[in-house]
Amino acid sequence: MNTLNTSVPAPGTQDTAMTPFSTSAYLDMELLRFTTAGSVDDGKSTLIGRLLYDSKSIFEDQYEAIRASSEQRGEEYVNLALLTDGLKAEREQGITIDVAYRYFATPRRKFIIADTPGHIQYTRNMVTGASTANAAIILIDARKGVIEQTMRHTYIASLLRIPHVIICVNKMDLVEFKEEVFERIKNDFQTFASGLPVNDQHFIPISALKGDNVVERSEHTRWYKGPALLELLETLPVANDQNNARPRFAVQYVVRPMSNEYHDYRAYAGRVSGGPFQTGDEVRILPSGKRTRIKSMNLAETPLSIAIAPMSITMALEDEVDVSRGEMIVKASDSLEATQDLEVMICWLAETNLLLNGKYTLKHTSREVRCVVKSIQYKVNTSTLEHLTDDQNIGLNDIACIRLRLTAPVFADKYSDNRITGSLILIDEGTNVTVGAGMIV
Amino acid sequence: MNTQKLSHLKELESESIFILREVAAQFEKPVLLFSGGKDSILVSWLARKAFWPAKIPFQLLHIDTGHNFTETIEYRDWWVKHIDAKLLVRSVQDSINKGRVAEEKGIHASRNALQTVTLVDAIEEFKFDAAIGGARRDEEKARAKERFFSHRDEFSQWDPKNQRPELWNLFNGKKHTGEHFRIFPISNWTEMDVWQYIYSENIAIPSIYFSHTRPCFERDGVTYAHSEFVQLKSSEKVVDKVVRFRTIGDMSCTGAVGSTASTLEEIIQEVASTRVTERGSRIDDRRSEAAMEERKKAGYF
Repeated sequence: MNTLNTSVPAPGTQDTAMTPFSTSAYLDMELLRFTTAGSVDDGKSTLIGRLLYDSKSIFEDQYEAIRASSEQRGEEYVNLALLTDGLKAEREQGITIDVAYRYFATPRRKFIIADTPGHIQYTRNMVTGASTANAAIILIDARKGVIEQTMRHTYIASLLRIPHVIICVNKMDLVEFKEEVFERIKNDFQTFASGLPVNDQHFIPISALKGDNVVERSEHTRWYKGPALLELLETLPVANDQNNARPRFAVQYVVRPMSNEYHDYRAYAGRVSGGPFQTGDEVRILPSGKRTRIKSMNLAETPLSIAIAPMSITMALEDEVDVSRGEMIVKASDSLEATQDLEVMICWLAETNLLLNGKYTLKHTSREVRCVVKSIQYKVNTSTLEHLTDDQNIGLNDIACIRLRLTAPVFADKYSDNRITGSLILIDEGTNVTVGAGMIV
Repeated sequence: MNTQKLSHLKELESESIFILREVAAQFEKPVLLFSGGKDSILVSWLARKAFWPAKIPFQLLHIDTGHNFTETIEYRDWWVKHIDAKLLVRSVQDSINKGRVAEEKGIHASRNALQTVTLVDAIEEFKFDAAIGGARRDEEKARAKERFFSHRDEFSQWDPKNQRPELWNLFNGKKHTGEHFRIFPISNWTEMDVWQYIYSENIAIPSIYFSHTRPCFERDGVTYAHSEFVQLKSSEKVVDKVVRFRTIGDMSCTGAVGSTASTLEEIIQEVASTRVTERGSRIDDRRSEAAMEERKKAGYF
């Protein structure tokens, strides 16, 4: 984590020529959320530092602050890891404890980085960062190749259904930018990942320290025909990540103005997932099964004829049906049904173990029910992907397949079909702490 | 297959509205902390959109340090009417009068830190169970670690090393009696996003964000507005300068920037080319490397 960075120029030495900033282009930009996973000392902080720096997202006072603390700590070079390690304990220990969110934009896209610590004891943070990511960057040290941690990071990216996985083979400068090294690691990775549902894989040979293939394509890897990392991040297709043919609308809140102007107005607030819905669509309400049509949709005053994911909207219905928080609106033709039994891949987030036959509060979309753990099917060895069927001991950072029985039904999809309606969390009823992150199988 | 994609600002707007609706659904008595700065203006604007055509289902609370820019207070009273909201005010001066806090002494005296006590007292007085604020993760390194739903114990303390994981769209606002949450709906917005959105939605903001002439003095390389609330060193001279404010806080700790930007377009150009963060002019953050983290642990916003 104490990656030293010598090649990032000091502020002021980079090109600061004033190019006029285009507001219309900015308003049109897309958002890409990505997560970074890597092992200790694989250059993750340096890579993030470079992306931030080269996109001019590190400011002079930030740079000055970390330069001064690096100096005070007796470090020879400016330690860019200090940019992401925001907590006092993290700076003292030189480790990243928690997910840190960083932001940068290029003229083409805006990016949110969920920077997560790589060590096995921080699996829960990696899962947290991965839950909303469109892409994952997995770093591999070119000298070490595919190691146990790579497998765990890849497994988590796959389990969380991150649509795009970018494998950066880093420190290529230390292996003389040899194509064979890159190809061997690529093959090893593909062999290992062949059993995993990883949607879209990209491999890039980089040197985060020297900048090769990070922002600009490198002269040192003429054999590599693909894009540099930033170019790839700017062009990965994200439009289809959230849209599929089966729209869902979990009712979050009922809007009832009770004013003279809007005397009988009643609309349902929520966020579209899967989308799109259109005004006039025939819809079905779960659990009642009642059918009606969408009368209107709005984003505040603005009426919408179509609403796509992940828009937060209000929806008014043709007929007077009583719908409340926790109910689900789907297309009338949709086969989504209520269920009280779920098989779930669970990532355990708490110090206290998962209890077989234990009772938890379960949150799924805007719905909250209670549940009991009926069985533990198997635990996953996240480094070898083995299923351990006799290990019933599920503790912090473990991933397991479990079965739950619910006190009331939920309207759930498979996680592989919809990351919003296919996910849930378990809450400890005594401490109120979020203890489990579940993906419905 | 639908291939449409929201623009990033629309996606951020949608995320923030989702959070605000979760607050209204999960908590009994939320309150929106309103300072008159652009971030809390944005949050209250998003709240208006989230519940339209109904009124915002919670009140606004201004923790008044007494060291305000006059323009901010005028704007505050106008804005609250404009969005049809209700405003509560609790003042640091009252906390001082009651002996809850003591005024800082010396030339660096500021009421910034004292706000925390007034805020925590107000939360207890009204039994608020969620306090919504306009903090953003890009502002400061301790804030980069904040959750959207940030748990506070019965002493209003933040435990940064033991935060609840936040996954997908699932926000856990469960708590024991006496505890509360701080909620940060615009966590993922950057300074540029805020300006672009204010521009695209045509939201009115206080006049001091735009270039104007006012009496200023220099201290530690920062330009401050001169006012009755600051004590000058003998070497410090008051001169008229053309400035604007990038952030609005207590008059005694908010630095001005030399600027001729008099429209939102010009502000956006300025933000795009600037090389210093907006909190670079906030003396309250400069007190020590962990200044923000320490204040947040104690219940600061």
